[in-house]
Amino acid sequence: MEYVVEMLNIRKEFGNFVANDNITLQLEKGEIHALLGENGAGKSTLMNVLFGLYQPEGGEIRVRGKKVDITNPNIANDLGIGMVHQHFMLVENFSVTENIILGTEPTKMGVTNKKDAAKKVQALSEQYGLNVDPYAIIEDISVGMQQRVEILKTLYRGAEILIFDEPTASLTPQEIIELIQIMKRLIAEGKSIILITHKLKEIMDVSDRVTVIRKGQGIGTVVTAETNPNELASLMVGRQVEFTTVKGPAFPKDEVLDIKNLVVEDYRGLAKVKNLNLNVRKGEIVGIAGIDGNGQTELLEAITGLRKVKSGTIFINEKDVTGSKPRKVTEAGVGHIPQDRHKHGLVLDFPIGHNIALQTYYKKPISKNGIIDYEKINEKAKQIIADFDVRTQGPQELARSLSGGNQQKAIIGREVDRDPDLLIAALPTRGLDVGAIEFIHSRLIEQRDNGKAVLLISFELDEVMNVSDRIAVIHDGEIVDIVTPESTTEQELGLLMAGHHVRDNKEGVKKEGEDQHVE
Amino acid sequence: MSNRVTNILVPLISVILGLIVGAIIMLVSGYNPISGYTALWNGIFGDLYTIGETLRQITPYLLAGLAVAFAFRAGLFNIGVEGQLIVGWFAAAYVGLAVELPKIIHLPLAILAAAAAGALWGFVPGLLKAKFQVHEVIVTIMMNYIALHVTNALIKTVSDGGDRTDKIFSSASLRSEFFQNLTEFSRLHYGILLALIMVAVMWIILEKTTLGYELKAVGFNHNASKYAGMNVNKNIILAMVISGAFAGLAGAMEALGTFEYVSSKGGFTGIGFDGIAVALLGMNTPLGVIFGATLFGSLKYGALNMPNAAGIPLEIVEIVIAVIIFFVASGYIIRLLLLRAANKKKEAK
Amino acid sequence: MTKRKFGLGLSLMLAAGMLAACGSDDDSSTDTSNGDGGEGTEETSEISAAMVTDVGGVDDKSFNQSAWEGLEKFAEDNGLEVQKDGGVDYLQSQSDADYNTNLNNLIRRDFDVVFGIGFLMEGAVAEIAAQQADANIAIIDAVVEADNVASVLFKEQEGAFLAGVAAALMTETGKVGFVGGMEIPVIERFEAGFLAGVEAADSSVEVDVSYAGAFDDAALGKTTANLMYQNGADIIFHAAGGTGNGVFTEAKERKEAGENVWVIGVDSDQYDEGQVGDDNVTLTSVLKRVDNAVYNISEQTKNGEFPGGETVVYGLSDDGIGLADSRGAISEDVMSQIEEFKQQIIDEEITVPETLE
Repeated sequence: MEYVVEMLNIRKEFGNFVANDNITLQLEKGEIHALLGENGAGKSTLMNVLFGLYQPEGGEIRVRGKKVDITNPNIANDLGIGMVHQHFMLVENFSVTENIILGTEPTKMGVTNKKDAAKKVQALSEQYGLNVDPYAIIEDISVGMQQRVEILKTLYRGAEILIFDEPTASLTPQEIIELIQIMKRLIAEGKSIILITHKLKEIMDVSDRVTVIRKGQGIGTVVTAETNPNELASLMVGRQVEFTTVKGPAFPKDEVLDIKNLVVEDYRGLAKVKNLNLNVRKGEIVGIAGIDGNGQTELLEAITGLRKVKSGTIFINEKDVTGSKPRKVTEAGVGHIPQDRHKHGLVLDFPIGHNIALQTYYKKPISKNGIIDYEKINEKAKQIIADFDVRTQGPQELARSLSGGNQQKAIIGREVDRDPDLLIAALPTRGLDVGAIEFIHSRLIEQRDNGKAVLLISFELDEVMNVSDRIAVIHDGEIVDIVTPESTTEQELGLLMAGHHVRDNKEGVKKEGEDQHVE
Repeated sequence: MSNRVTNILVPLISVILGLIVGAIIMLVSGYNPISGYTALWNGIFGDLYTIGETLRQITPYLLAGLAVAFAFRAGLFNIGVEGQLIVGWFAAAYVGLAVELPKIIHLPLAILAAAAAGALWGFVPGLLKAKFQVHEVIVTIMMNYIALHVTNALIKTVSDGGDRTDKIFSSASLRSEFFQNLTEFSRLHYGILLALIMVAVMWIILEKTTLGYELKAVGFNHNASKYAGMNVNKNIILAMVISGAFAGLAGAMEALGTFEYVSSKGGFTGIGFDGIAVALLGMNTPLGVIFGATLFGSLKYGALNMPNAAGIPLEIVEIVIAVIIFFVASGYIIRLLLLRAANKKKEAK
Repeated sequence: MTKRKFGLGLSLMLAAGMLAACGSDDDSSTDTSNGDGGEGTEETSEISAAMVTDVGGVDDKSFNQSAWEGLEKFAEDNGLEVQKDGGVDYLQSQSDADYNTNLNNLIRRDFDVVFGIGFLMEGAVAEIAAQQADANIAIIDAVVEADNVASVLFKEQEGAFLAGVAAALMTETGKVGFVGGMEIPVIERFEAGFLAGVEAADSSVEVDVSYAGAFDDAALGKTTANLMYQNGADIIFHAAGGTGNGVFTEAKERKEAGENVWVIGVDSDQYDEGQVGDDNVTLTSVLKRVDNAVYNISEQTKNGEFPGGETVVYGLSDDGIGLADSRGAISEDVMSQIEEFKQQIIDEEITVPETLE
């Protein structure tokens, strides 16, 4: 078989850190080749080497059998390599065509000839079934459509080899299905694709072969048809991975969180949480299942003191914390893994060590009489970094430069280490790979087993089903039902989340729910 | 590895490039750059007098730079250093001449008055920012004008319709006979020591205190700070107050050291605005501010000797000085070029 | 590895170059500084004089410039070199803090008399005078009590009075304006004199008074003038230094558009400033003969009669103050009335107030 791209024994160092160590990847013509690895394993580094953004310290690259030296992206473009970035590089208020021709504007006597370009874009769009309107303005079209513009951009520039960097990260399920169809169409038209991902399901669905890298090392290449998700996962993380989280039964005790008739409004004065009642007890995980935007954010911000409460009460450990300041809530025994780790969870320009002290910096032993002891912070940080397997060069490294999974582990480490009675975890695994997800889930369960209360908010049904002991379904600011994972199915949950009441025709579920409600 | 070398190399090359371009400007305008730079050099280091005066000029720049840098670290752009300096100047001078007290009480009192006045002038924009999200840049700029004209009016009142107050009592003066004898009657005064102490104070606040941790966190990320239970509003106000106090102290340097009086002004002193450049040149760190203030103060003061000793018109001199500072500030471009050159070399190999 | 070598090599080269440069700098610096400020300058001439401008600068078209013109004339009459040691020279100040240094620099260059131009320099002159007891220093527009300082004052109000008379008699709208720089005693003398002059000539004429708060803000001067002309004033007397340039700009724009507006200049004859095409907006100027004062004191110094410790006041009677040639802008009839008032002031029949009531 002919290889269109061969990356042989690639080595890339950053200072003392080896990001890629002897990695070999061979792309056959007309295949979808998945590049699998955990966050921070070195996938993006490898692709940036191929795209000319980094120069490797060792190894060689061949394109169509010829050794090449790709020192900048223009050379990659000329060789027919195109990259569809995870974060789109589009000018929001330009049209599709304008974005596509940006940098290579065709001109007629010094005037940009957009008409011809638009025709070409239209033709390409039809050829590959992309269905993109050349004149649409970027900010008006959906994320999935924007991604297609990125694909068109590479095709317009004559790419034969397309690199997709985590293409499904920001897509809806429907868009993912469409994307997979597009990729297959591209292959049918003779293109070759490298797909960077950590999602096993996608790989199984779409790829022909998989190259796995782990901690910068090339682990090997397997044919997709001859493998299964379990094998891939263990290749990726280097050990056996459990997909369904193992957990024993819950033994709930006293109530920790008690919310009564809570009403929370958004900045426009519209009620986002409506008369909500909820309780969480020691030794149980309560999952809040719901579609994004049904009041989850407002509920959690109200509990943690970040948002004003319109009416109702919130008790933590029988103490009224309604309308308390965030610090008071924290000190009442609440740990909070925020939904947006970059906005709320971390000060990205602080070292990771500083971030680990974000909730405790003002207390002994770190601070005494207003004097802060950074030595103590570093000691603590080192401990948490070790306990929670945060992969970092050390407490001094800026939080910004850690991978998403490691940032999240640091946050979880910080919150769990304070040993809170109630741990609120909002979308704790968003954007993380299987290894990290498994780790985080087991930590949540460990908290529960230590007799703590855990409130989990998630948009992922599997997560809610796997981790929770009870599931409270939120719809339009109200808890519409409380069920247990054992007595319900994903389908029923889906219906509940969409606002359909299942109680009427599903006697069993109703009973379960009622019981839990009363307690 | 070669990081340290680049760190030394970059400012060095920047200064040399600035000097070269400045020389070209002088040549083109028909003046001799060698005598121009000789005059500049002598204007800064020529004799003990000029060294004393150069240090005297650096003093308020140190404090103005600290003021801007401190606010920057908390994520605030204090353009009001100029106004805070002016009110500090007036407050120090007023306390200096309104009462006569033993020096041990009088001098600290005058200095504190300046710090308090500057702090008050910083408090207002801090409060408006914290409570009503009014952008501090707007408020501080406006506060500059208020400071200018309010002090002018107060000076008039205090000096019975005059445009200049009497001299302060010597018990409130920072003037130092020791320094004056040492530097042939330059106006170098004890304020330089106070300014250096303040550099240390800022370093301690930022690097050693819980408050510093909070200020930096708020400066980087309001949301995360709020999430972590910090009182963001309090921190914003506090940052502006401390910044204003530094600026007020810069005013005290003028009131109790350089001039020993306050006169009504037709325009801004410029020290506060230059403080922005001083802080940015120093990357908003306390030690960096020493570097920035030294550069600014030396060039500013040494420049006076260029018309004096080399006959170069002040306008050309100002352009030359601006060019030098400009090149130092664009050090990162030189860093980039150095990197490129290094890469090229590597590729060639 | 290569990177490091490259960096080091370059830095060494540069460091060497820098050192060499510093070395040569040092050598030449000692040379020139000796030649510049040392004792070697005494052989040149028997008299030398220099001045320090205030922040207005030497080309402020006002009293700094006037003072320099006085020195230039003095140099011409005595065969002195201009802008040279041992001749006449000036230094400009950018901020208040520069006065001391500039005065000091000139004294260290052994000028026989050093002028501080403007009241802003009062503090600096007092301080330097105490330190440099051997130097002769003169200050314009302020009084410094020291044996080696001559203080020069002007009766601005007398000139402004005549300007007021001219404005009151020439206005067609019955409204005139006064733009001051800052509310300081010198400028208030102008205002008081102007108001008194208007009152004396025609008490029905209204005067619109405004202070810009700055001497160096031409843009503000223009806005202020714009407002006054809009409100019906047709003659503006400005005592605002550089700010006054904006008054001229506004007047010239209006003149070009066909309006009949005028400006009365200040300190020196601002006729050139008012030229617009073949027209001119300068009605006249209140002359403050700083040039005469500087010339006189230089002359006195030359004759060994430097008036140290004295305060010299110039007014209408000794041509220290006057009105500039109107070049026909003021009618003969009005001119003769102005002359009458002038005579009355010189004869002390009228005492022009120095301050506003």
